[in-house]
Amino acid sequence: MTEQVLFYVFSFVAVLSAGGVVLNVRNTVYAALCLVVSMLSIAVLFIMLSAEFVGVIQVLVYAGAIVVLFLFVIMLLNLKSEDMGAESQPLLKLVGTLLILVVSVKLVALLSGTRKSWPEVGSEFGTVRAIGEVLYTDYLLAFEIAGVLLLAGLVAAVVIGKQRID
Amino acid sequence: MIEPWHYQVVSALLFMTGVLGVLIRRNVIVMAMCIELMLNGANLSLVAFSRMWGNHDGQIFVFMVIVVAAVEVAVGLAIIIRLIANRDSLNIEDTNLLKW
Repeated sequence: MTEQVLFYVFSFVAVLSAGGVVLNVRNTVYAALCLVVSMLSIAVLFIMLSAEFVGVIQVLVYAGAIVVLFLFVIMLLNLKSEDMGAESQPLLKLVGTLLILVVSVKLVALLSGTRKSWPEVGSEFGTVRAIGEVLYTDYLLAFEIAGVLLLAGLVAAVVIGKQRID
Repeated sequence: MIEPWHYQVVSALLFMTGVLGVLIRRNVIVMAMCIELMLNGANLSLVAFSRMWGNHDGQIFVFMVIVVAAVEVAVGLAIIIRLIANRDSLNIEDTNLLKW
């Protein structure tokens, strides 16, 4: 019962605040804050799926680093409210919304048909120890490549951000 | 009882919200945020599948997606800063340097 209540509350908040990111046309800072709420609700859903490590990483990296980076850039640029009004044509908006509505209804109908229950997993499932064992044995190469990718991204961000094009 | 498809539905709705944002908004920063929403929807699906099959591979994928998302945001926001410094606009329609 508690699980159901938590699931419905947090998935509702996640989808609603995701809608807030899209539909907020007045201020980009509000959109970033809606994004934080959405990320945190998804982290709760992760923990309910007994993926504690991924849930904590979600809070640390997404809510703690990525959205803060967005907020930094928004505030650094010192945007005026007329800059926010960059919107597409009404016809394009209408067609896009209808398309998304149709695809969403079809997707929900399709997914509701599947029946599969959760298997029993031990208390070790999703902990740092269990994830670490898989990450440092089967997925060691992917882990190393991720490290190199982070370094490359760091260098690229500094180089692009610094450049002066005259 | 909450079954795997409940999580798949939430994941699909989050992904579709992200796609909607990319389709109807023309603000570069909001479009980047909507890409993050799409990644999060996919992540939720992967974690639910990982729990459904009872192994950790899905969670490793989510870890990698988060790493790539962090890199993408760092580079993307650097590009957005240069874009705004050069074009003085957040509108994606003004990004036409490669058009003729």
